[in-house]
Amino acid sequence: MKIIACIKRVPTTDLQPRVAADGKSLDAAGVQYMTSFYDEIAVEEAIKQKEKHGGEVTVLTIGSAEASKEVREALAKGADKGVILVDNAWGGRDPLATAKTLAGKITELGADLVLLGRVGTDRDNASVGPMLAALLGWACVTDVVGLELGDGKGTARREADAGTETYAFALPAVITCQKDLNEPRYAGLKGIMAAKKKPLEESPCPPATSQVEIEKLALPPARKAGRIVGEGAAAVPALIDALRNEAKIL
Amino acid sequence: MSTIVVFVEHAAGAPRRGSQEALGAASALGATVVAVLCGNGADAAAAQCGKFGAARAVVLDATAWSPDSAAIGVAALVRAEKASAFLASATSSGRDVAPRVAALLDCTLFSDCTALRKDGEKLVVTRPWLAGKLDATLRSSAPVLCATLRRNMFAVKETGGTAAVSKGPALGPGKAVLEKIEARAGGKLDVAEAPVVVSGGRGLKEAPNFALLEDLASAFGNAAVGASRAVVDAGWRPHSEQVGQTGKTVSPQLYIAVGISGAIQHLAGMKTSKVIVAINKDPEAPIFKLADYGIVGDAFEIVPALAQAVRKIKAQG
Ligand SMILES: Cc1cc2nc3c(=O)[nH]c(=O)nc-3n(C[C@H](O)[C@H](O)[C@H](O)COP(=O)(O)OP(=O)(O)OC[C@H]3O[C@@H](n4cnc5c(N)ncnc54)[C@H](O)[C@@H]3O)c2cc1C
Ligand SMILES: Nc1ncnc2c1ncn2[C@@H]1O[C@H](COP(=O)(O)O)[C@@H](O)[C@H]1O
Repeated sequence: MKIIACIKRVPTTDLQPRVAADGKSLDAAGVQYMTSFYDEIAVEEAIKQKEKHGGEVTVLTIGSAEASKEVREALAKGADKGVILVDNAWGGRDPLATAKTLAGKITELGADLVLLGRVGTDRDNASVGPMLAALLGWACVTDVVGLELGDGKGTARREADAGTETYAFALPAVITCQKDLNEPRYAGLKGIMAAKKKPLEESPCPPATSQVEIEKLALPPARKAGRIVGEGAAAVPALIDALRNEAKIL
Repeated sequence: MSTIVVFVEHAAGAPRRGSQEALGAASALGATVVAVLCGNGADAAAAQCGKFGAARAVVLDATAWSPDSAAIGVAALVRAEKASAFLASATSSGRDVAPRVAALLDCTLFSDCTALRKDGEKLVVTRPWLAGKLDATLRSSAPVLCATLRRNMFAVKETGGTAAVSKGPALGPGKAVLEKIEARAGGKLDVAEAPVVVSGGRGLKEAPNFALLEDLASAFGNAAVGASRAVVDAGWRPHSEQVGQTGKTVSPQLYIAVGISGAIQHLAGMKTSKVIVAINKDPEAPIFKLADYGIVGDAFEIVPALAQAVRKIKAQG
């Protein structure tokens, strides 16, 4: 089975962002990066499915050449090869442009299964996976918490608002991974050593035409200062009063 | 502004609340609103779309739910209507279908928007980045502006109109097909949808103590129970209840955080709530910096008293 896991290098989740002087971009000073949270789950699932069904896992990313650190981490966990489409314009790509570029590369590489995170923890689009599937004309299940593959087909359980939905689909398929799908492993020393010898291809990314123009980036308006209404159960009447008469929501 | 097509989800013969909000958002932009509904049994809900601002409602019949075939049918309708925008609620189905519709139209998608504004004939959207740590104001050069709307951010408009209902072409067979739904226990409200959310953290000490929060939620009647990641990771609560950067983003009328310290990843998921209440025994807990009202003290003492007080008020009407 040919499996591709798409990962993205994003700012760490503890970032307190600052807006750059142009008012339209993120101040890059001091920003640290990581593999997007759900992409770790995509990589883990790719390795698990390979362990079960055999085959090969390719980790694919569009990003700066520095993303080789995140790709090597995935190789250390058990992925077989890495592909970086080098694009230094983090701000320039909208989800459609990303999906188109990934679709092109995936068609070239060939795959039975493509795994992505349910959402990238930078722009919070939650769009690239289902867009990619629509462009390829493949089956796609999003927000997946359980995945079983058989001969040319599979079933996936997805976390939906009302409960859990089970889908049957034919391969090739695109799956976006939700947190409950698995518990990502850590790379061992042996894996880290092995990863150094695994193939990592870097090639320039085809230019993107974005349909998104950033007018302004801003910190959300600060909330009005609140107050402590009191201590212990004795403060409950004061809270009720505030909710009824000030906030008017009770 | 010409025509806006709105993807309307339905349950029990009525448009879902998030879809009502999306219809409201579309009609607030002064457009001709066309609702599109998929699946058998959508006719009753279609007829009701007029009440929320739709001029017309188109039903695409299907024997089984498939997001890929739904997207093909909806995209074809958007094209046929020559719509200038396509909107859906950012529900689990909306987020599943809308990106596909957008891609089929060769358009990008603005997901989970918190505001939409008209600027001449163009739309300007606001949506959070970095889990709400930044607000991005964006414009699009896409031929059709495609967006999903965060729930509880757009008003439902009861216009009292009627929509002309018609049938579109039935949906084709899908590549991924829904086989089974396991509903959440007891028909509970989803945290992302509930007008009141009562969330608990590690301060509740152990899983059975969440009964206190369940009781407070039932006192409100329209509340859902949420959780911090610490208690989800500990296995006390399901991930579907987790609020935060790697859980759900919620914007209820009232959010009550009990025994939650207020880590940045948690705040990202709830700070657009209308009113925030924090109950924590540590007066220095970061959650108090964000809360409108706080009570310092022991949750085990405060929560039952609060539940009792809320019941009393609800009983008075
Ligand atoms: C990549 C990443 C993603 C993350 N995503 C999320 C996310 O989506 N959501 C999320 O919530 N977290 C997330 N986190 C975790 C986050 O950083 C915190 O660890 C977590 O939110 C802490 O949970 P907590 O507030 O329940 O526990 P704690 O931080 O341990 O706080 C417990 C609080 O309870 C109070 N307390 C104790 N006893 C009582 C009592 N009897 N009465 C009242 N108060 C009491 C304490 O004073 C304390 O403030 C993420 C972390 C990472 C690294
Ligand atoms: N630049 C990228 N390179 C590779 N994969 C990506 C990239 N951007 C997004 N993805 C994948 O698409 C998923 C969803 O991203 P998004 O739609 O931006 O929230 C991510 O979790 C990744 O798996």
